[in-house]
Amino acid sequence: MNPRDAADGMIVVAMSGGVDSAVAAALLARQGVPVVGITLRIWPSLRPAAPEARFDSCCSPQAVEDARSVAQALSIPYYVLNYEAEFDREVIQYFTQAYLTGETPNPCVPCNSRLKFGSLYARARGWGATRVATGHYARVEYHPDTGRYRLRRAADARKDQSYFLYSLTQEQLAAALFPVGHLRKEETRRLARELGLAVADKPDSQEICFVPRDYRAYLRERVGAAIQPGTIRDTAGTACGQHQGIAFYTVGQRRGLGIASSQPLYVIDLDPTRNEVIVGEDRDLWTRELEVERVNLIAIERLSEPRRVLAKVRYAQAPAPAALIPLPGDRLRLCFEEPQRAVAPGQAAVFYDVSDPDLVVGGGTIRRGEQRTTANCGMANAECGIGIGEDAIRGGGGGVRRPPP
Amino acid sequence: MRVYLDHNATTPLHPEVLAAMTPYLGERFGNPSSLHAWGQEARQALERARATIARALGVGDKDTIVFTAGGTEADNHALLGVAAAQEKRGRHVIISAVEHHAVLNAAVHLARQGFEVTRLPVDGQGLLNPDEVRRAIRPDTILVSLMHGNNETGVLFPIAAVGRICREHGVIFHTDAVQSFGKLPLDVEALHVDLLSLSGHKLHGPKGIGALYIRRGTKMQPLIHGGTQERSRRAGTENVAGAVGLARATELMLQDQEGAAKRLADLRDRLELGLMAALPGVLRNGHSTERLPHTANLALLGVEAESVILALDLCGVGISSGAACSSGSLEPSHVLAAMGLSRERVEGSVRFSLGRGTTPEEIDHVVEVLPPIVERMRRVHAGPSAVVGART
Repeated sequence: MNPRDAADGMIVVAMSGGVDSAVAAALLARQGVPVVGITLRIWPSLRPAAPEARFDSCCSPQAVEDARSVAQALSIPYYVLNYEAEFDREVIQYFTQAYLTGETPNPCVPCNSRLKFGSLYARARGWGATRVATGHYARVEYHPDTGRYRLRRAADARKDQSYFLYSLTQEQLAAALFPVGHLRKEETRRLARELGLAVADKPDSQEICFVPRDYRAYLRERVGAAIQPGTIRDTAGTACGQHQGIAFYTVGQRRGLGIASSQPLYVIDLDPTRNEVIVGEDRDLWTRELEVERVNLIAIERLSEPRRVLAKVRYAQAPAPAALIPLPGDRLRLCFEEPQRAVAPGQAAVFYDVSDPDLVVGGGTIRRGEQRTTANCGMANAECGIGIGEDAIRGGGGGVRRPPP
Repeated sequence: MRVYLDHNATTPLHPEVLAAMTPYLGERFGNPSSLHAWGQEARQALERARATIARALGVGDKDTIVFTAGGTEADNHALLGVAAAQEKRGRHVIISAVEHHAVLNAAVHLARQGFEVTRLPVDGQGLLNPDEVRRAIRPDTILVSLMHGNNETGVLFPIAAVGRICREHGVIFHTDAVQSFGKLPLDVEALHVDLLSLSGHKLHGPKGIGALYIRRGTKMQPLIHGGTQERSRRAGTENVAGAVGLARATELMLQDQEGAAKRLADLRDRLELGLMAALPGVLRNGHSTERLPHTANLALLGVEAESVILALDLCGVGISSGAACSSGSLEPSHVLAAMGLSRERVEGSVRFSLGRGTTPEEIDHVVEVLPPIVERMRRVHAGPSAVVGART
């Protein structure tokens, strides 16, 4: 039996003010379980919505009004919790620190694991609740054979958010409920309309909820003093320009470099110790092998030998065949069969099962790599029987970065 | 069982107050400024209400009472009105660190206009030493404003002693008596106050009505400009029904003031002792005797006030926080912080405030439901909790 069925206590629903969490709350309330709606207030209380409101999507004062009206329509208790300081500590500081060190952050990942399923879940237990539900498009299930809680992609592949949930622990997954994870987005909206919820036709939230439009302007405002201009170098180490601060660049970026060149130039690396932006051509952006740290495994307890998976290194990407090679600690090496373009350190790498592609094996944070040879990868792939073709290995040259085949 | 223990936030309207007000929301709708019968009827009710409030403060002269839209307006009128009229004499104002925001932020507003504001400290029990006032008064001091009963802790300030000091120095003295009016005997002569704020909805009266007592001869400017209502001290058509309601609520409070105070203090002690007996780590914030009879501010160590309030609400019990907002808040209660209490203690502090309708059964209910909630929270927070969630 699914151990989760044993204790069916109160459920806390994290309500963002959007249609997904509204329907999540509605579906639970309809089942007759006691449901409490919560909105985490992450914007400053003393600075209410300015005309140029920073928080104009999720979790803004308008979002609170929307969530409250849904809770009232469903006749469930609803509270707004002050998460200003915690959000700053766990999400915003992580976000700004990542950019300052040349990484590209995924702020939704710590928001899920440290806030919604972290401190909110802890508080919820204090209130007597046993579960936390959200409007995420993902599915969680108990797997009796392994005794593990497993995370699966959403039924609606276009909306799947499992990528942002990979860092949930077993304890957190055991408490997690994603009531809209089995719905298609249109079905969610249709249900919202049927239930008469005012947010039924509210547009989907876009981008990062706490950054208005331009993350660079946001960084300048938050941590401007820590951002220093520096040198842009090419792959040969030749200085070829000035940059505004590595925080303003992301691997793969082409615009805003201000360097004249016969070939299009891209950011291929950001060096925080030297405060340098490294640029190269498109062929320098392709990587087959990368190191992943702070790995959290979900479908399996440990990775003791190489394993074939499908992996993705950014949210908007179809998972591609790859191999996981265990490394000491909570690290592993991820080797793709085909080179991947513009892999950005700091982003999440998430792994899915080869034979059951909806199943999340685990994930971690992409580490900024030092130069390695593809020989390791070829060996590793050989070890786990992936059998990368001779051509691919030969085509690899000597570096991590190589052109597409 | 639903239990409301947040009477310092607001109180339910007494049915007799509603009954007294109803005619003035209906057939007796006149404007007190009108010459005709409708107007005269309203005028009469308004002046009767004014006399009732004056009597409750030990004043024979009812024209010392100006009706306002509430306690906050009365406080603002006191500070800004005196400052505007006296600024040629001096630009120094004295308040305490634990005033209600109505006084605190009115003083901030004055400071922005170039006034100098001294905020007197309180001790660990929330008490204020009158000598602090004596030491703080300067030749250019124009106003001292100190609250009577603190809204968060219930601690009482030595208003009479301070009033005497202000009188000696010829400084105008205002007290915010919003929490104590009706609950404790108040006599503006015995207290030596020149200005006193009160509010209707804290004593089972309506919201939107309050009053400022202004001693005759106190030079001040109006806050709201317009017609000549309230002897040109507060323009705008009077809230007749509100004033009638405030007066009726005051009468009801005075009917059994001493008995009610005793009964509420007993219930408050029953709550405090009951919780302290049932739970370790419960501390009282504020002095044990120098306080209002109906307010208990308790620190529940190791838990968050916000969570306790939420969990109690889910059980049908309404209380509020000692802190403005907790959960790692950037703004812990300025009152408890001024008392020098630790951050943990401030964050775990909750306020229970009792009202005329509070029963021993309600208190016993809270003493029964709260300890298991706190124990559960302490367990969750102490255990290998999900607070430590997965790192990213």
